[in-house]
Amino acid sequence: MPLNLDPNIVDPDGFYDDLLAAHMGLSHAESDALNARLILILCNQIGDRDVIRAALRAAR
Amino acid sequence: MNAVFDTPLYPYAWHADQDTLARHRVVIVGAGPVGLTLAIDLALQGVAVVVLDDNDRVSTGSRAICFAKRTLEILDRLGVAAPLTAKGVQWNKGRVFFGEREVYDFTLLAEDGHKQPAFINLQQYYLEAALVARAHAVGVQIRGGNRVIGVVSHDDHVALTVDTPDGPYPLEADWLVACDGARSPLRDMLGLAFEGRVFEDNFLIADVKMAADFPTERWFWFAPPFEGAGRSALLHKQPDDVWRIDFQLGWDIDRTAELDPVRIRTRVDAMLSSQTGAVPAYDLEWTSIYTFQCRRMEKFRHGRVLFAGDAAHQVSPFGARGANSGIQDADNLAWKLVLVLDGGRDDLLDTYAAEREFAADENILHSTRATDFLTPKTSMSQIFRDAVLDLAASHAFARPLVNSGRLSVPCIYPGLADGLAGPGLTRPGAACVDVAVDQGFLVEQLHGFCMLAINCDAPEALREAGVVARRVDLPMTDAVRARYLGDASAAIYLLRPDQHIVGRWPAYDEDALRAAMRAAIGKNEDAIEP
Repeated sequence: MPLNLDPNIVDPDGFYDDLLAAHMGLSHAESDALNARLILILCNQIGDRDVIRAALRAAR
Repeated sequence: MNAVFDTPLYPYAWHADQDTLARHRVVIVGAGPVGLTLAIDLALQGVAVVVLDDNDRVSTGSRAICFAKRTLEILDRLGVAAPLTAKGVQWNKGRVFFGEREVYDFTLLAEDGHKQPAFINLQQYYLEAALVARAHAVGVQIRGGNRVIGVVSHDDHVALTVDTPDGPYPLEADWLVACDGARSPLRDMLGLAFEGRVFEDNFLIADVKMAADFPTERWFWFAPPFEGAGRSALLHKQPDDVWRIDFQLGWDIDRTAELDPVRIRTRVDAMLSSQTGAVPAYDLEWTSIYTFQCRRMEKFRHGRVLFAGDAAHQVSPFGARGANSGIQDADNLAWKLVLVLDGGRDDLLDTYAAEREFAADENILHSTRATDFLTPKTSMSQIFRDAVLDLAASHAFARPLVNSGRLSVPCIYPGLADGLAGPGLTRPGAACVDVAVDQGFLVEQLHGFCMLAINCDAPEALREAGVVARRVDLPMTDAVRARYLGDASAAIYLLRPDQHIVGRWPAYDEDALRAAMRAAIGKNEDAIEP
């Protein structure tokens, strides 16, 4: 499975709201921690090391 | 009664070599676990060995406490393992804490069909004492109080100057093996570099003896909540009611103050009472502070001088890869040295260096990763590390990411062709994997080169270039299918004397086996047979 960099999220505005809402009321440190947990959970969901490496490259 | 480490086991005694210049085939410097393992292996193959050591007894303190299955298999081949596994502690329950919280616990279940356990906890001095006894029994000469103060490497021999209580004497060796530890004086005398990464950290070790009924579990804390406990802490059990405790103290410490028994006791009290609420009575047996490096020599062979163990490579203690990898160095070197002494080409010893340099890199990689998890180097790596530990409390997926040191397993040597689409764990380059056979275990059947035949015809023995591979039949069991066949219906495996797999094929193929044997002993097609 190649890394999908085309639009893939239904209701993008709703997704974005959810992402910001998850951080609501958190300190900067708490938000950093949440982001880290979220990345780990999503990477585990993907599982495929090649896809994860491609995503890391795309992000960087 | 004197403890084993207080007893001179090989006291200095004057030797005739001190009056007349002698040349020995192999001289080993260092009577630690690596030097003695090599000496015993060589002696069992008929090579007279002299071991020089500046001391006369085994080391003090628990030191390398964890011995892995591969090490025990090697020691068993040398006739040393039985008393060690009888004495050693096998724990199978571990608990991981993060601050005040227990994040998870785990139970290690032993896999069937292995003669040796996955690992044992045992004080290093018991291993050394067993090796000294075995070495004496098989005729190894251990010269205590013999300190090497000069070394000159020539094309055809090595010249040593050895200091003793009766003064110095010269000694020559066809081959010299330096097993003289991380601070290797031989390495320094030869002006050889020891490059790598220094970790700015100090670890306080305490061996605590307590008769109290305390669970045989491994407890590991990230960010321990006890006063002054440092960044991580570890508790696990050794024989004789001794518990090994490690505190990771960081870099800027006052060593003298930290070794104050009152201060150590404050920490130990907090740790021991954290789960039970009470402090059991205990004695401090041994305490020490150590720092560590991950580094290795660029080349493990320098002409007629070979380096093994900590003298050649040093890793952080996480994952028990110091003594375990050193004993695998000895295992790799012994049979090659015997072939070279029997007239083989000495470039076989270059394969010792190449293979064990590869192994050292793998061990350094694993231990560096564990160190980076234990001591995050940036604020973001700290955030990710803590996130892993937070998630591990409630989600199984995060637990394999928790790294407090991985169990030492032998490396798989690269570059060997695979003639069978078989299981990955037994691909060429790997150490053979034990299975139960009709009368015991596979590892007990292996001596020298062997052909493992599974559901396939092969001659009793195959002789090639002066080396004989004997056939060993494996029964068709579920474990043999899983570990050696995979989807294949039959297979033949060629094993070296160190039980690493040279090649495997779906059926007996004489030409392929002969070629693989020649390659394994450094007599490739392009070599001219004597």
